[in-house]
Amino acid sequence: MPVVDGVELPETPLLDELEKGPWPSFVKEIKRAAIEQEKAMKAGKKIKLPGSAKGLLKVLELAYKEKRTHWKHGGIVSVIGYGGGVIGRYCDLEDKVPEVWHFHTIRVNMPAGWFYTTKALRALCDAWEKWGSGLTNFHGSTGDIILLGTRTEHLQPMANALAYLDKFYGSPAPFDIGGSGSDLRTPSCCMGPSLCEFACYDTLKACYEFTMRYQNELHRPMWPYKFKIKCAGCPNDCIASKARADFAIIGTWKDEIQIDQEAVREYAKVIDIEEHVVKKCPTKAISWDGKELKIDNKNCIRCMHCINVMPKALKPGKERGATILIGGKAPFVDGAIIGWVAVPFIPENELIEKCCEILEAIWEWWDEEGKFRERVGELIWRKGMDEFLKVIGQKADVRMVYAPRNNPFIFWRELNP
Amino acid sequence: MVAQEVEKEPEETVQPKTDFGPPHYEIMMHPIIKKNYGKWKYHEAVRPGVIKRVAESGDVLYVVRFGSPRLLSIYTIRDICDIADKYSDGYLRFTSRHNVEFFLTDPDKIEPLIQEVQEKLGFPCGGTRDTTNARYCLSNIIHTQGWVHCHTPATDASGIVKSVMDELYDYFVDYKLPAQCRISLACCANMCGAVHASDISMVGVHRKVPKIDDDAVRRTCEIPSTVAACPTGALKPDMKRKTVVLDKDKCMYCGNCYTMCPGMPIFDPENDGVAILVAGKVSDARYPPQLSKVVVPWLPNNPPRWPEVVQTVKKILETWATHAEKYERIAEWIHRIGWEKFFELTGLDFTEKLIDDYRRTPYIYASYRTSAAFRW
Ligand code: HEM
Ligand code: HEM
Ligand code: HEM
Ligand code: HEM
Ligand code: SF4
Ligand code: SF4
Ligand code: SF4
Ligand code: SF4
Repeated sequence: MPVVDGVELPETPLLDELEKGPWPSFVKEIKRAAIEQEKAMKAGKKIKLPGSAKGLLKVLELAYKEKRTHWKHGGIVSVIGYGGGVIGRYCDLEDKVPEVWHFHTIRVNMPAGWFYTTKALRALCDAWEKWGSGLTNFHGSTGDIILLGTRTEHLQPMANALAYLDKFYGSPAPFDIGGSGSDLRTPSCCMGPSLCEFACYDTLKACYEFTMRYQNELHRPMWPYKFKIKCAGCPNDCIASKARADFAIIGTWKDEIQIDQEAVREYAKVIDIEEHVVKKCPTKAISWDGKELKIDNKNCIRCMHCINVMPKALKPGKERGATILIGGKAPFVDGAIIGWVAVPFIPENELIEKCCEILEAIWEWWDEEGKFRERVGELIWRKGMDEFLKVIGQKADVRMVYAPRNNPFIFWRELNP
Repeated sequence: MVAQEVEKEPEETVQPKTDFGPPHYEIMMHPIIKKNYGKWKYHEAVRPGVIKRVAESGDVLYVVRFGSPRLLSIYTIRDICDIADKYSDGYLRFTSRHNVEFFLTDPDKIEPLIQEVQEKLGFPCGGTRDTTNARYCLSNIIHTQGWVHCHTPATDASGIVKSVMDELYDYFVDYKLPAQCRISLACCANMCGAVHASDISMVGVHRKVPKIDDDAVRRTCEIPSTVAACPTGALKPDMKRKTVVLDKDKCMYCGNCYTMCPGMPIFDPENDGVAILVAGKVSDARYPPQLSKVVVPWLPNNPPRWPEVVQTVKKILETWATHAEKYERIAEWIHRIGWEKFFELTGLDFTEKLIDDYRRTPYIYASYRTSAAFRW
């Protein structure tokens, strides 16, 4: 058995291969946790899950050898007052690797924009060193902080540690649990106005407001399936909300792109504006005569390309707001969907309230009509876009389609009640 | 024996608290970010991994990005904190693609920071873009849990990502690409990540129907909920034998039934593997968002380093990078050159497996060509 720093590690010839190479290694991370956990214990620190990282190494090495997972579905585990946020996970090698027989995940609601202080992170680390495996994901794909692996009996104390992280561990704020199961998943957003000049609305504020207003929906699964909200500040959609969120809020604008001609001329000294900008505009809305850049704003589709290339010279217009796309999801079950337009434009100052109205209307409808494990997008397919538009009180708009339908099989429901 | 009083931890005696929500984002924001919130003027690329942000107030912030393995031990996070305390006034952020970013006000600290992170953490600086000059780094691979923690994976996640990023390391740390390229991985078709709209994605796929162990089904499963879990109606209850029967023609190997019922494992070491998809995107820039398309239906699971997957991804990336015009993402490049040319240039095989026959998808015919306007 290899011994590192006085700590015996299991033989992991296959995993060891993944310590090599320039990219940071997750195997090194697991080994480090195994070693330091044991050292911390010897030094007298309280560690409730000794040997867990070492156990994970054993299980994972076996998975690599046998080319299959050794995790089993969890059944229901939870903490007091919550229906979601904890993912039950058991190992099918309980007799061989009892250290990780239970290895549940806790999803922790990250701050909007993933901003941290070291004080908060250290507090999270101290609590998780004591009550869990010491392993994390920063972050899970939905955006939560993932605390990877603890036993059932430690879930409640860890949840309490998070809820009192300020008091017990010196964090600037306590941390709450995120979503899982058939509930509202933890909303997420791009960094928006905190760092990015393209943001057409305050994505962090919107994300925080939704999270706070819908704590009940987030923590108590009661819907047909999951529901995701993501806030992107502009059509670049850096958080891939169109693909991943049932309800994607994409910042945009209606009036003219703001141009600083002097700055354009500065760019012209370093790049070929014709090549980099004019030719790449999908609607050929830009012209450049070597002195002045003109944009045909009636033709511009607000795709962001020219702004991306010349951020010093171009800015989204001043009449800002957002487009709501509905229904985005992964392939399971009815195939992948990229969210499609439900509301073409909501002005910035009405955005949060209007979104809440629409969300609540959707949820009520989905709750009533949705089948078990039917995402909202799939329900809209089943019931029809016309019914959905009625639900959200939205009139049809040509901006909702690339082209009108190509069949006349229209459901004239009003004539055939 | 005398009953031992076990001393309770404070966390075990305190009253549970619920629904107080995440920390407000301003609490942990760098003072310069807070001060200039919503008032940033422009940004420019300083070098791979470093973006200079200039506010209307004249304040300048250098945001320095490093790739992480996503799976982090708390001991490494503490090291990250030490570095943030030293260079970044105790503030930092993570990105949606598992990168970590530090904030500097003094450009002279950039190089020492990169040095120190490389030495102490081994995290590379990079993953950004210089859109003005059409020079792009590859960003980090967004991925899921795999054999580290999930019960339905058809492949591992972290191991493949590590192997691919080792091979493509130079693309992360330098501007070597003509346009944005997002790579992602999901270890089963549930696709927890956004892999269905990425430039290149790797997806774990099962290829064999679940193995029904009647005895285990009887012992451990609730039959109605198992049957109900099957999205394609491939399962029927067999009430007499108290088990389920499976219609092989309807099964799409999704593993949902296994989630409900441990008596019907779906994994199969020799037949599970990885499909490769390309040409997805989500931004609106130049070209509308696109779903990714399958170009390799299956590659074997070959741990610890999945050479077949690594080489295929590399081949696609490099073929695109050599042939694409400036700003032309994979979807746009293929749109220009045509799929005929894509398969020719990459040397990948086009087979009947790549023609859509999943009848649940309402737009199944949308990918069939209706013209005879070909490239030969
Ligand atoms: C039948 C369908 C699905 C099942 C059974 C399923 C199951 C799971 C399980 C068990 C996990 C936890 C993995 C772990 O930590 O051990 C997970 C994680 C997750 N799932 Fe799903 N999932 C399904 C569909 C989806 C879909 C369609 C999406 C996205 C649209 C999704 C998004 C996620 C995300 C973002 C995570 C976190 C993954 C990470 O960052 O590691 N899931 N899922
Ligand atoms: C001022 C800050 C930022 C700017 C100017 C910016 C710019 C862009 C641009 C120009 C695109 C579209 C590229 C194209 O399709 O050609 C894009 C896409 C993207 N950005 Fe950003 N970005 C910023 C911040 C971020 C951050 C902080 C993240 C994540 C941590 C991020 C993640 C992404 C992702 C994932 C996409 C890909 C969307 C897709 O797949 O199409 N961006 N961004
Ligand atoms: C989803 C949106 C789009 C669809 C479905 C679409 C479809 C098509 C189709 C079917 C062709 C015939 C050529 C072929 O079979 O390859 C074509 C050609 C072309 N499209 Fe698009 N297109 C789309 C978006 C765009 C956009 C955004 C642009 C410009 C920015 C564009 C520019 C062109 C050009 C230049 C050609 C001629 C290419 C050639 O034959 O060499 N298309 N498009
Ligand atoms: C929005 C896009 C398009 C518009 C508005 C459009 C419009 C038209 C119109 C008005 C005609 C004349 C029909 C007639 O007089 O009988 C036509 C014919 C034609 N279009 Fe398009 N078209 C579009 C896209 C395409 C694309 C993408 C292709 C090929 C991939 C295409 C190929 C043709 C051909 C080959 C004809 C001649 C058909 C014939 O002679 O019967 N068109 N198109
Ligand atoms: S989505 Fe737009 S506003 Fe948000 S970070 Fe990306 S570029 Fe900036
Ligand atoms: S935003 Fe896009 S469509 Fe509008 S002018 Fe710029 S490049 Fe053209
Ligand atoms: S993609 Fe599939 S296997 Fe991977 S974590 Fe998600 S549900 Fe589990
Ligand atoms: S694997 Fe999926 S499709 Fe096949 S029987 Fe199980 S639930 Fe049904």
